[in-house]
Amino acid sequence: MSSINKRAKQISAEIISNKKVGAYHHITLTVGEIAQLIKPGNFVAVAVGGEDSRMVLRRAFAIYKSSMDPLDGGIVELVVAPHGSGSKWLCSAPIHSMIDVILPLGKAFGIPVNPVNALLVGGGYGSAPLFGLAEALKAKQCNVDMVLGASTASKIYAPQEGKRSTNSMIFTTDDGSLGLEGMVSSVIPEIIEKNNIEIIYSCGPMAMLEAVTQIAAEYGLQHQCAVEESMACGIGVCMTCVLPVRGEDGIARMVRTCIEGPVMEGSDILWNTGRKVPSEVWGAL
Amino acid sequence: MTVAFDYSTSIGPTSLPNPILTASGCASSGKELAQFFPITELGAIVTKSIMLKPRSGRATPRMAETPSGMLNAIGLQGPGLELFIENDLPWLHQQGARTIVSIAGETVEDYAILARRIRTQPGVVGIEVNISCPNVENRGLVFSCHPDTARAAMEAVRRNVGGDLPIIAKLSPDVTDIVQIARTVADAGADGVALINTLLGMVIDTRTMRPRLAQKTGGLSGPAIRPVAVRAVYQVREALPHLPIVGMGGISSGQDALEFVLAGAQAVSIGTATFGDPQAAIRIKSELEQLLIERGFSNFSDAVSYAHRAEQ
Ligand SMILES: Cc1cc2nc3c(=O)[nH]c(=O)nc-3n(C[C@H](O)[C@H](O)[C@H](O)COP(=O)(O)OP(=O)(O)OC[C@H]3O[C@@H](n4cnc5c(N)ncnc54)[C@H](O)[C@@H]3O)c2cc1C
Ligand SMILES: Cc1cc2nc3c(=O)[nH]c(=O)nc-3n(C[C@H](O)[C@H](O)[C@H](O)COP(=O)(O)O)c2cc1C
Ligand code: FES
Repeated sequence: MSSINKRAKQISAEIISNKKVGAYHHITLTVGEIAQLIKPGNFVAVAVGGEDSRMVLRRAFAIYKSSMDPLDGGIVELVVAPHGSGSKWLCSAPIHSMIDVILPLGKAFGIPVNPVNALLVGGGYGSAPLFGLAEALKAKQCNVDMVLGASTASKIYAPQEGKRSTNSMIFTTDDGSLGLEGMVSSVIPEIIEKNNIEIIYSCGPMAMLEAVTQIAAEYGLQHQCAVEESMACGIGVCMTCVLPVRGEDGIARMVRTCIEGPVMEGSDILWNTGRKVPSEVWGAL
Repeated sequence: MTVAFDYSTSIGPTSLPNPILTASGCASSGKELAQFFPITELGAIVTKSIMLKPRSGRATPRMAETPSGMLNAIGLQGPGLELFIENDLPWLHQQGARTIVSIAGETVEDYAILARRIRTQPGVVGIEVNISCPNVENRGLVFSCHPDTARAAMEAVRRNVGGDLPIIAKLSPDVTDIVQIARTVADAGADGVALINTLLGMVIDTRTMRPRLAQKTGGLSGPAIRPVAVRAVYQVREALPHLPIVGMGGISSGQDALEFVLAGAQAVSIGTATFGDPQAAIRIKSELEQLLIERGFSNFSDAVSYAHRAEQ
């Protein structure tokens, strides 16, 4: 047996809760025992549109939380932004309806062995996987600071209970409707210096991840980011989700972010290549 | 009394236990799908087109979903022939999978070299020749779009592969007369044809007001192209009654597969449907079998081309 997708299963999951929270929907699924295999940073791939759907591709969603519930068994929680037709279909899915889900997929965040000072940076719904990560880091006695940014207050996803695993939480919004006005990148350097940050984790829009990568490089910090590339299958067979990434051998290759990611070391990624394959990439045309 | 249904089929000299194959480029080299079903239960795994040298493929975005379909411009990303032989083929052979290797060249000579190297690899039961590729020696025109270049590529493969391994020419539907191309490649020694590859398309992003894909154009696949594919299979079958056909294009259920079989396909390939459902191929295998039994067929071969039978 191959090691690719080795923990993943395709299951039929029941939606047991679907609540609007700000600009997003908080959706809870029962998934059974497999919930125990989930690690922060893993994602699910959902078939959307129901039977005879004209949407033929799966949609990927980060796992916000997974747990074993005494009543419902294994559950998985997602935070979904109603964006296009697939996510809108999911956000309007009624309670008790069944959806076809593949999980858990992708590489998870790496958790340090020893306690460190960690900074978690989230943009929009990109905050979702960071709360489970914060809990895992807290369990290792890490110091966890969090910065969440979005265009406006309703797009900051930060449930009260999420604050328990963090030592500090700062918000930034483009319009100043919540927290500081501006972008996450403008507050990060100060936090790094003040709190002696040793590692940065991030998830959000690609432009934000790139900006955080730059800051991490300036301070010589490790930076694990969860990328979001357009995915058709989520399981490694379509080759649509690729990014140019430098390997341990120093050679850049187009790698599948659904298999080698979504969590990757920010400094390994060749960012913002302007819809071209950089000439240094292995086998570039 | 129930008689066991005979699901076996053959493509030229190769017989397969059932007619369900993966489509090239939609199942990688099998490893990813092995977690979801036993890949040995398919008729064969058709691997993604392999070229001589490593290839990065095209820039992203490479993909856009379209109504009942998708556009892709992967650009034949792959590790190149030698790494493929080193890593992918031995794994498939170890699993006991039957493998049809898809090859793609930039020149006629590429096809010859690829065929020569692949022919002797263990576990390989056929070679699919993807001639829907740009010919760098001829202004980048696609081999399969002109009879002369289609013939040249197929002859190069035929010269290098003996009669025990079938060579299947995979054709592009973006031609005026697909029957003419099918006839040409059959004359050049193809044991069969694979119909159809993707249709060239474009999506324009109305927000950025530019083509969505970095490459601008891409290949359209999925249920949206199914009627085009069924038509192509039917026409080629009508003109060339004895040429084996592997049918594909938007098959996502047993019902869809049955259309291709009735139109004249000896085998069917499952492509885009696998992205929506990793178990699509194995599900379609049992759905098709059920439909054939329900219609009173006791063996698969009797159903092939059944839509061509004379009116009562
Ligand atoms: C690893 C990963 C994690 C994700 N996590 C979340 C999450 O937690 N919450 C959430 O709301 N969304 C998440 N997304 C985005 C989500 O998968 C969908 O892309 C998004 O919901 C838009 O799909 P749609 O059908 O509504 O839009 P449409 O515009 O109809 O989508 C059409 C196609 O384009 C792709 N696509 C469009 N925009 C994007 C994009 N920005 N990123 C990737 N693919 C895109 C879709 O996957 C789909 O195949 C994640 C994506 C990835 C790759
Ligand atoms: C993402 C993707 C990659 C593909 N790659 C190849 C390829 O490498 N070689 C090839 O011959 N066909 C390739 N195809 C075409 C398919 O094999 C198939 O002919 C076509 O998609 C129609 O079938 P479908 O609608 O079931 O996908 C690819 C199709 C897709 C969607
Ligand atoms: S999403 Fe299909 S290979 Fe990554």
